[in-house]
This record gives sequence, structure tokens and C-alpha cells, in this order.
Amino acid sequence: MSSPQWLVDRRSAAVQTDQFAMPSSEEEVWRYSRVADVDLSQWAIVSDRSEGVPAGAAALLDSLGHLAGSVVVRNGSVVAARLDEALVAKGVYVGSLVDGPDAQTSLGVVADGGPDVFGRLNDAHFLDGVLVHVPAGVTVDAPIAIIDWIDIDGSAVYPRLVVRVGADADVRILDWHGSADITALVSPLVELDVDRAGRLSYGNVQMRGPRVWQIASQVSRVLNDGTLTSSHAGLGCDYGRMRTDCELIGRGATGNLSAVYFGTGSQTLDFRTFQHHAAPDTNSNLLFKGAVGGHSRSIYTGLIRVEKDARGTNAFQTNRNLKLSDTAWAESVPNLEIETNDVKCSHASTVGPVDEEQVFYLESRGVPTEIAERLIVAGFFDEVLEEFPVAAAVPLIAAAIDERLDAGVNS
Amino acid sequence: MGELRIQGLTAEVAGRQILNGVDLVVKSGEVHAVMGPNGAGKSTLSHVLMGKPGYTVTGGSVSIDGVDLLGLPTYERAKAGLFLAMQYPVEVPGVSLEELLTEALSALGRDSSVVHTTVAAEAERIGLATRLLDRPVNVDLSGGEKKRNETMQLAVLRPKFAILDELDSGLDVDALRACSRRVEAATTEFNLGVLAITHYSRLLEELKPDVVHVLAQGRIVAAGGPDLADELERTGYAEWAEDEAPPAAADPFADPFA
Repeated sequence: MSSPQWLVDRRSAAVQTDQFAMPSSEEEVWRYSRVADVDLSQWAIVSDRSEGVPAGAAALLDSLGHLAGSVVVRNGSVVAARLDEALVAKGVYVGSLVDGPDAQTSLGVVADGGPDVFGRLNDAHFLDGVLVHVPAGVTVDAPIAIIDWIDIDGSAVYPRLVVRVGADADVRILDWHGSADITALVSPLVELDVDRAGRLSYGNVQMRGPRVWQIASQVSRVLNDGTLTSSHAGLGCDYGRMRTDCELIGRGATGNLSAVYFGTGSQTLDFRTFQHHAAPDTNSNLLFKGAVGGHSRSIYTGLIRVEKDARGTNAFQTNRNLKLSDTAWAESVPNLEIETNDVKCSHASTVGPVDEEQVFYLESRGVPTEIAERLIVAGFFDEVLEEFPVAAAVPLIAAAIDERLDAGVNS
Repeated sequence: MGELRIQGLTAEVAGRQILNGVDLVVKSGEVHAVMGPNGAGKSTLSHVLMGKPGYTVTGGSVSIDGVDLLGLPTYERAKAGLFLAMQYPVEVPGVSLEELLTEALSALGRDSSVVHTTVAAEAERIGLATRLLDRPVNVDLSGGEKKRNETMQLAVLRPKFAILDELDSGLDVDALRACSRRVEAATTEFNLGVLAITHYSRLLEELKPDVVHVLAQGRIVAAGGPDLADELERTGYAEWAEDEAPPAAADPFADPFA
């Protein structure tokens, strides 16, 4: 399968317009990041197509129960796609972007070039890309799963996902980022487009192997009365970064953003969020909860920006961090930038150890210290996991959290 | 017949001595009330017995049936048979009551498969709505619900000795009656020994004390039968008020280099 000419042109335009200079960690949005350690020449961009569904991805799909549709992407190539016939008949599309409806106009509508150099790299180098398209008025009852799998050692991979939810349409999507135990540099760019009164619930699980570096971007655009619920679980990678740009551009639009993350060993998990209120009566609610053990580090910086016209805005931002060892480190920097008076806005952030009083309470009932701490840490994530858009993924996330706790995180 | 034995217990918080040698012996099936004015060290006593962080024991001993408690971490003290019903039960988001009691029973070496039915039966007995059982521990419970919950856990765990730290604070009379009756029943049902720390005698209307102790200035200064509680209710604790002058308030105009 070869790319259509428009895509070839688009890619080469992206290459020409940018020299892909690395940003400096002096820039606020890259502060504390490990971008200075990224050497693009160290990685081989995947340009050959991969074939076949990897066993790891197949096993995952099997464990997710009933799905309306699914796509498996291997090293950037779509290797399998399936969608219930009834939904095909209604005009729903799940599969390779280039074969989808309005491919050329869908790509880049929300995030042309992405918010930074890694987005532009994605524009220049992504192979197939995935499109999920739900036409106006269509409700997709069961979740759609995308398994994005990487298994070429030393590769640079640029996964691209475009989701278009039509007016008053409704869909739940699980976007699972997995890999073999390899080294790789991965820069996904995700575009989420929610039309008037559309409802998109998007759950993203980042469980790449422990040597993978991922620098991801998720850009969303929500029109009038639309609702985006985006939830992230950040568990894998040596360095795992996700930037979230949520653009509420239609009156009454809502963006619910949540995340759990859990760093162990020498991981760095890095989150940057932007809640952008550009229209009146828009709502955003952000809750990011993380734990760091071992020598791991986490970074959260968030900005709520409310434009002059966005009166009647409700915007909330909460980041809570548990520090499970003396050598772990968590940074949390919330920010507000508000240009109108008619808003309800708040932000809160905490970094601290497991609550001593809670441990004492459980211990006083006979629960050993270690188990008490485990219960509290697992419970800390519950608030987010209970609302995770695809329930079938929750036991898998919880099991991965348990595994980390089993391995020991206090030193 | 078991016993909880406290001998010459001294303890301090942030370098300040609060307990000045507490002596108490509670036998299985007995109810001992410890009453005293504010600041007498009542809550400190309950926290020190259970091993709450932030307190330093400077002397004395505490044992259950000869097993020394002070060298043990909190959960081992629970295993030795001690239970603390807390004055302010802590909310533990994300941890369900059933999870907590399942872990507790298995750590105590007991059958945890019966948790669900035991909890349901005990909750009904103490008047705790079953819909509250699915909530994370203590989250969004009222004062009365929290105390019923504490008492219900006591009944499920069946310890040898229970310290009730102001079980009668922050709850209505119905909840108070339900809780005190349940504890009273436990003294015969499983021979529970009780150390009821309280400021008021109302707890003791349904929970009949064998001995009432007065704790003042960090030590037991008087003991008597149930009548003593009624007397204290009438006369207050003036008799045992601090006889030394309280530390002078810092003088805001004092020379800081003096």
C-alpha cells in the first residue's frame, strides 16, 4: 500500500518547513523535562510497513470484552481493523486514516503540526495514522479499542490518531500504548474533534516497555455543548511525557481531563496541560493524581486560560501527588490566566507522603504497615479509575499498579 | 482470664511530658472508665497505648497477658488483642470497609471469608445503614455514623481489650445508646475488657463501669465505683485542677535576646 500523493506532499512540506531543532529545557513548558537528552540521530525512523498482529496486542484485545470495533497499529502501520457491520452501515469508520472518509480534510483539523517540534516530526513521519469517524447522531454502544504496539528496537515511531465525533454522536475509545521490551522513541499525536453536542470519552493507557521514551501530544477541540472526557493512565516508559491541549471553542463545551500516573525505578513521567476556554459558559474539570516511588520523578504543570469572551466559565484543576520514597521527586505547578471576571476557577496541588493518620487507622485494625500503605495508594487512584471511560481497561491498569506496589517502591 | 496491664507509663509529645506515670489494670470482661478534665492526657493515653506516631514513651510498661506492647508496631498490638475506637475516625478514600476488615482478619489469622455476612449482621445490630458499607472507610459519614462504624468494627474484630477514646463525642443520643449497648454486650459475649476514656458520664448509662478512674495531670489520681462518675458529673474536676501555675504566656514585648 503506498501513500496518496496529497499525503506525500504534506509530509515533505513538513520536512521542509522545519529543521526539527530541539526545544530548550529553559522554556517553561519543557522545564524539568528530559528533552535535552533526546538525540534524534540515535533513532531510526520506521518507514517500512509492519505486518501481522503481535501476540501482545492480540492478548490485550481478547481481555477487553465486547468491542464495537478495533484497530491494531504496529510500528505505525495499521495491521488489523474491525468494526461491527451495523456501525459500518451507519457510516462509522475505524481504520487506516488514508482509507477513511474525508481523510485529507480530517488530518490536522485540530492539530496541524501539533503544539511543538514533536508534533511537526509526527506530521513529517507518521505512516498510516488511524481515523475514528462517528457521523452526526450516531451512538456507538460498545467501546472502540486502538492498540498501538511497537516492537522494532532502536526505532523512532510517530503514531497518529484522529477522532472525529459528529454532532450529537456518542462514542467511547480506548487508546492503548504498548510495546515489546525495546528501546524506542515514540511521539504520538492525537487529535480529538468533538462537534456540537457530541460526546467523546477517550481513555489512553500508556504502558510501553521500561526503556521506551515517549513524547506525546493530545490536542482536542470541543464545539458548542459538546463533551470531551479524556482519561490517561501513565505507567510505562523510561521517560513518558504527555502534553494535553483542550480547546473549548463552542459555547457550553465541556472538557473533563483526568490522569493517574505511577513512577518507579528511575522513570520520569511528565505532564503539561492546557485548559483553554475560548467561549462563554464552558466547563473544564481536571484531576491528575500520581505517585512516585524509587528514584522516579514526576512533573505536572497546568494552565487554565480563560479568554475575555468566555464569561460564565467554570474551570477547575487539581493535581495530587504521593511521594512514596525519600529519593522520589514530584513537581507540581498549577497556573491560571483569566481575562474576565465572570468565572469560577480554582486550582489545587499537593505533594506529600502517604497520610500517616490513614496508615495508623488501618494498622490499628491489625493491617500490617505495608499492606495498609498498599491499600491507601491503590485507593488513591480509585477516584480517577472509577470514571475511566472504558471499564474493561480498569482491571488491567489496577493490576499494573499492584505489580509496581509488589515490586516495592519505598527505596 | 486476660488482663491489660499499664504500669508507670510516662510519655511525651514534642518534648512535653503528658503522661506522668499511669497505673491501670483491666481484666477481661471488665469495664474501666477513665475520666478527667481537658488536657489531663486522656487522648494521649489512648494514642500511646495503640502506638500512634508522634508520641514518645519515656518509661513504664504496657502488656496484654504478659505480652509487652510498647516494643510492637501498631498492627502487632492489634494482633495481641488491642483495639482503639478513635475519637476522630480518619477518612480513608478509596479503601472500602470490607477490604479493610478482610485484610485485618487475615492478618489476625482469622477466617476472612465471613467478612461480608459478619459485617452485614453487625451493621444491622448497631443500626448502620447497609448502603454505607460500600463507601470508602469513614468517607462522608456523619459523626454518629462514624462512631457506629467504629463500634461495628470492634464487634467484627472481637479484640481482647478495647480502648474507647471519647466514643460519646460528636454523636446523638440514639447512636450513643446503640454504641454503648453493643460494647456492654461484648463484655459478656466475648469477654471484652474495656477502657472507656470519656469526659462525661452519659456514656456510662448503658456501658456499666466496674471501676471509674480519674486521670489528671497525666496520672490516675482517684478511683472508685460507678458512683464516682455521677459525682464527677455534679462537681466537675476542680478538685484535681492543675495545682501548679500554667506556663506564662509569651510576653510580646520581651527582649528576644534576653
